[in-house]
Amino acid sequence: MRQNVSINVHHLTRVEGHGNIVVDVKNGKIEKMQWQVPEAPRFFEAMIRGRHYSEVARITSRICGICAIGHTLASVKATENALGIVVTPQTVKLRTIIKHAENCDSHLLHIYFLVAPDLFGAPSVFPLVPTHTEVVVRALRMKRFAHEWGSLLAGRTTHPTRVIPGGLSEYPTEAELKNLKKRLIDLQPDLDATVKTVLSVADKVPSFERQTEYMALSSDKEYAVYDGVIQTVMPDGKKQRWPVADYKSCTNEYVVPQSTAKYTKNKMASYMAGALARFNNNYDLLHPEAKKLAETLKFKPLCFNPYMNSVAQLVEVVHGVKDSIRLLDEVLGAGYKPEDLVKPKKFGRGQGAVEVPRGILFHEYGYDDKGMCTGGNCIIPTNQNHGNIQLDLEALVPKLLAAEKDEKAIELGLEMLVRAYDPCISCSTHYLKVEFKR
Amino acid sequence: MSAKRKVKVAFFDFACCEGCQVELTNLSDPIFVGLLDHIEFVEFREVMKEKTTEPIDIAFVEGSFTRESDRARLEDIRKRASIVIAYGACAATAGINAMKNHTTDYKEYVYGKDAAMPHLDSQKALPISAAIKVDYALHGCPMDRAEFVRVVSDLLHGKQPLIPNYPVCVECKMRETVCRYELNDHCLGLVARAGCGAPCPADGIPCEACRGFWDHPNEEAIEEVLKSKGGLSAERAREKTRMFTATMRRDA
Repeated sequence: MRQNVSINVHHLTRVEGHGNIVVDVKNGKIEKMQWQVPEAPRFFEAMIRGRHYSEVARITSRICGICAIGHTLASVKATENALGIVVTPQTVKLRTIIKHAENCDSHLLHIYFLVAPDLFGAPSVFPLVPTHTEVVVRALRMKRFAHEWGSLLAGRTTHPTRVIPGGLSEYPTEAELKNLKKRLIDLQPDLDATVKTVLSVADKVPSFERQTEYMALSSDKEYAVYDGVIQTVMPDGKKQRWPVADYKSCTNEYVVPQSTAKYTKNKMASYMAGALARFNNNYDLLHPEAKKLAETLKFKPLCFNPYMNSVAQLVEVVHGVKDSIRLLDEVLGAGYKPEDLVKPKKFGRGQGAVEVPRGILFHEYGYDDKGMCTGGNCIIPTNQNHGNIQLDLEALVPKLLAAEKDEKAIELGLEMLVRAYDPCISCSTHYLKVEFKR
Repeated sequence: MSAKRKVKVAFFDFACCEGCQVELTNLSDPIFVGLLDHIEFVEFREVMKEKTTEPIDIAFVEGSFTRESDRARLEDIRKRASIVIAYGACAATAGINAMKNHTTDYKEYVYGKDAAMPHLDSQKALPISAAIKVDYALHGCPMDRAEFVRVVSDLLHGKQPLIPNYPVCVECKMRETVCRYELNDHCLGLVARAGCGAPCPADGIPCEACRGFWDHPNEEAIEEVLKSKGGLSAERAREKTRMFTATMRRDA
C-alpha cells in the first residue's frame, strides 16, 4: 500500500461550477479527504423577495444555465401550487416533452463532452476533433437537435421564455410538432451510434460499489420526470414515499465548513439523486426500448456503482426520445390547439418538484394577497449529492491505495467519480433558504 | 491578428450560472467545427483539463465580481490576455446577481447564525469592469450566439465589433411583434439595449432588459409608462428595473 499521497485538484475541470478535491495520506493513514465547494454564493433568496409571481421563475431560472428549464418548471409548478392553478392535461404533456428535451440535452453534453474524454484518454473533447471527428460532429449535431427540440416548445433552452404560471405563453404550430416527431424518429441512427460508442469504451468504466439510499420523483403512471411524489429506495430494495409538500423532512439541509453549498440527508448518512437514482427507483416504468438497452449493457437495478450514473443517463436519453414520441402522438391525437392561461384562484404557499438531469429539484414560494413573493426555498440535486460524493471518496481512496495505484491514477479515479455525478455546482450554491417573511 | 496563426481563446467564470458557456455547445456542428479552423481553445475549465501559461489573444470572462478574493484572478487574466470580453450579463453589468445590491440584510437573511463564516463572504455584485479594464461586452442573459460569432469574426478580421445602441423596441417593430402595452402587459424594451432580436415579446412575455440599458435610457419616463400604460403599482414600477439593470440605475 502506498504510504504518502498528496492530491490537490483546485477547481476540478469538466464540471459545471467550482469544486476542489483534497487528499492527504501520511504513513498510510488518510489525514484529509475532502470534496470542497468554493463557488461564489449568489443569494437568490434575497432577490425574489417582493417580486411579482410572474417574474419569479424568470429570476430563479438564472440559478443554472444547464438546468434552466428544470428550474423554470419547478418554479412555475410551485407558484401554480401556491396560486391554486391547475394546468390543462395538454400543458402537462407539453411540459413533460420539454423536460425530456432538457434531460436528453444535458445528458448528451455530459456523456460526450465531460465524461468521454476520460474514457478515450484525452484531456478534453478538442484533441478528439481530428482523431474522432465523426464522434465529435455527431455529438455536436445531437446536442444542437436537443436544443432545438426544447426551444420549439420552451422558446429557449437557456432561460426559457414560454413556460409561465398557468400554461405556455406561445405555442408551436401543429406542423412544427409533427416535424418534431419526425425528427425524434429520425434520430435513431445517431442513438444507435451513441450506444455503439459507449459500448466501445464500456470496459473503461471503473468498478466500485458503495451501498447508499437513492431518491427520485416517482409515479405509478410513468417514469417520473415532470410529476410525481418523493420516493427513496434503500440498499435492501425497500421503497418509501412522501408527498412533495413534505420535502424538508426528507432532505434535512445542513451547513458544512468546506462548502458554500448546503448538504442534505434522509434515512442514511447521505443519499444520491440523479439518473442512477431514477433508474434504481423507477426501472419498471422505462420505455421498452430503454429497458432493452439496459439489458444489452447488463445494467439492472439496484446498481450501487456511482460511475454508472453516466450509463443511466444514456438509458434515459433513449427513454426521453421514445416517450416524447408517445406524448406527441397523444397531444396531436387529442385535437392540439393553443390554450389560454389558467388564472390564479388564491395566493398562499406552494411547492413544486421535477427531475432535472442531476436529480430531484424542489422549489417553494409564498405570495401575499397582491401576488408578490414573500420568500422561497430551493433544494438542488447537486446539494443533495455533495454528502454522497464525500462518502464515496472516503470509501474509494483506501481501495485505490490498496491497489497500489500511483498518485496520478488516484487523482484521475477521484476526478472521474465526481464527474460521474455531473455536478452542477453553481446551481448548488444558489443560497435560497427556508424562511418566509410576512 | 494574423489570419494564418490560430487565435488563442480562453474562457473563465466567476459568479454566474455558466449558461452563456453552455450556449456555445448549441452553435451546431458546422459552426462550431468551422470556428475551430480559426481559433484554438487553450483554457476552458468547464469542458477541458488543459491549461496554458502562454499569452491569450481573447479571454471571455463570464460571471460577476462579487468577492474581493476574486480580484487577483481577474487581474491575472487581464495580464495574460490581449483582449478581455465581458461574456454575458453577469460580467457585463452584474446582471441578475445585482438584484440584492440595494439590500443590506441578504447574508443574515440567507445564512442566519452562520452569516459571519469567512467562506460565505460576498459583497455587492459588480460587473468585471469594476476590477479590470474590459475591451468589449457581449450582453444578454444568455448572451446571443449570433452576436458571439459576429464579434469573434470581426476580431479575427481586425474589425471593430459594433454593439447595437438603440432600444429593443426597434427590433420588435422590425419583426412586427405586437407591442406588449397593446396587449395590456408591460415591457422594458423602451430602455433596453437591442441586439437580441427581441425574442421575449415575440414569445408573449415582457422584455426584462437582460442586455442592460442602452446608452440613453429615460428612467423617469419608463417608471411613468410602467404605471400609466402598464398598470403597475408605484412600488413595482420603481423596483422593476432591478432585475437586470440594478447597477445601471441612477440610484445604484
